[in-house]
Amino acid sequence: MVVAESKPINEILAMIQPYKKILVAGCKGCVTVCNAGGTKEVEILASEIRIACKKEGQVAEVTEITLERQCDPEYMDQLAEVIKDQEAVLSIACSVGPQYIAGRFKDKIVFPGLNTTFIGGSIEHGVFAEFCQACGACVIHHFGGLCPIARCSKSLLNGPCGGSAEGKCEIGNDVDCIWQLIYDRLKGLGQLDQLTQIIPCKDWSTSRDGGPRKTIREDLKL
Amino acid sequence: MKSGSRLEKILSTGQFAVTGECGPPRGADPDAIRKKAAHLKGMVDAVNVTDNQTAVVRMSSLAACLLLLQEGLEPNLQMVVRDRNRIALQSDILGAYALGIRNMLCLSGDHQKFGDHPSAKNVFDLDSMQFIQMVRKMRDEGKFLNGQDIDSPPKMFIGAAANPFADPADFRAVRLGKKVAAGVDFIQTQCIYNLDRFERFMQQVRDMGLDEKVYILGGVTPMKSVGMANYMKKQVPGMDVPDEIINRLKGVPKQDQAKEGIAICVETIQRLKEMKGISGIHIMAIEWEQRVPEIVETAGLLPRPSVD
Repeated sequence: MVVAESKPINEILAMIQPYKKILVAGCKGCVTVCNAGGTKEVEILASEIRIACKKEGQVAEVTEITLERQCDPEYMDQLAEVIKDQEAVLSIACSVGPQYIAGRFKDKIVFPGLNTTFIGGSIEHGVFAEFCQACGACVIHHFGGLCPIARCSKSLLNGPCGGSAEGKCEIGNDVDCIWQLIYDRLKGLGQLDQLTQIIPCKDWSTSRDGGPRKTIREDLKL
Repeated sequence: MKSGSRLEKILSTGQFAVTGECGPPRGADPDAIRKKAAHLKGMVDAVNVTDNQTAVVRMSSLAACLLLLQEGLEPNLQMVVRDRNRIALQSDILGAYALGIRNMLCLSGDHQKFGDHPSAKNVFDLDSMQFIQMVRKMRDEGKFLNGQDIDSPPKMFIGAAANPFADPADFRAVRLGKKVAAGVDFIQTQCIYNLDRFERFMQQVRDMGLDEKVYILGGVTPMKSVGMANYMKKQVPGMDVPDEIINRLKGVPKQDQAKEGIAICVETIQRLKEMKGISGIHIMAIEWEQRVPEIVETAGLLPRPSVD
């Protein structure tokens, strides 16, 4: 899923400060799963904004809504009525959401309430980690099913570098060396010989380096 | 001859090579390089010039290499893939060769998180293995990475690093083997303090026959103080500084620690000289170039051979 985390409340308050009618818009997709932008988080954030405004002696009208998804044009329709009276929208979807809103509602100011962090998953309750960099040409089968592009600090395809120590990455003891994990896994599978092959340089044109990307599914087009 | 560099001539004639290191200044003063050059001239066969080491901004390696050339020293251009993509790397190699640089070291580079610009965007288009392959292709096939012909190919003597002390330990010689297969000509190792562990690594290297295919230069860095030794032991990932070294430095008065550090360095060189599969020494005297003459002389490495 797309993992995101809330921006600090003070940053949010500073962004929306000039506006008095604000719609806080959540999303029932990925950000609900990672507890950053679902119905519950919309309620909490809206309350925080109301309380902060009250403290400052200001009156703000904060409306709440959570869409099925903010990354699909058809769900944008759910906003059409409620957005009419708003000056600004604070979207707590991943950064796709505020961009959809900005694209659809030309006269509304849009703010991101989250920092979209990565494509990943939860590894324990409350802890999420990055697993994919969306390079557009998956090669993890060469690495025991683990991705060194996303999970090695240097994206080495022929690692590990000389900074791998006791299973940790040179950038910090809180970062696993994915190459140690790749090595251990292939060793367990009896496939260490895979690591004697030099992986040639990667074609990054399918990645973000090739420019903004688009997937066209002819079978789904109307 | 692949490149005709002095370093290549010395190694290929079976003579024990000595390389040094010069860290460029954090400023634009060419005299900083010239001063270091004066200490190293006649003491080493080639001088590595680091490329923004530890991800701290310094004078460009290529520019500093040219200053060394002008001082009559042979440079070894270090290049990291952290800051340059394949376009910039190839371009700089062409430029380096045009300026007379004949040796280079292909590295991945320290992550910028350590450096003085931790908010920088990194590149890592290639890794060090693919970098070696690319430089070899440019030299031996006369082609760019994309397969197009190079008008006048750069003929570099290709070096790389190896860290026998990083993990997973069993994989380090195998990874060296990959660099050999990629086309590397010489290897300079991480600083060696744990000679027993290094000997085990070399045994594995010899068992694989790699020492017959690549020139291996053992890396040494003299300790200036017990503080430096502790720092390297605790703070530098992939560095193995045994307690024995720390205790030796601790065992002498503070004013004698530098002398003891140099003594340890010389002893290490002497053991490496006797070690099968070692073709030379790489002395990384960090901001301590002025002590290199003493080290090479005491270690019996002078005079340096002359080449045609």
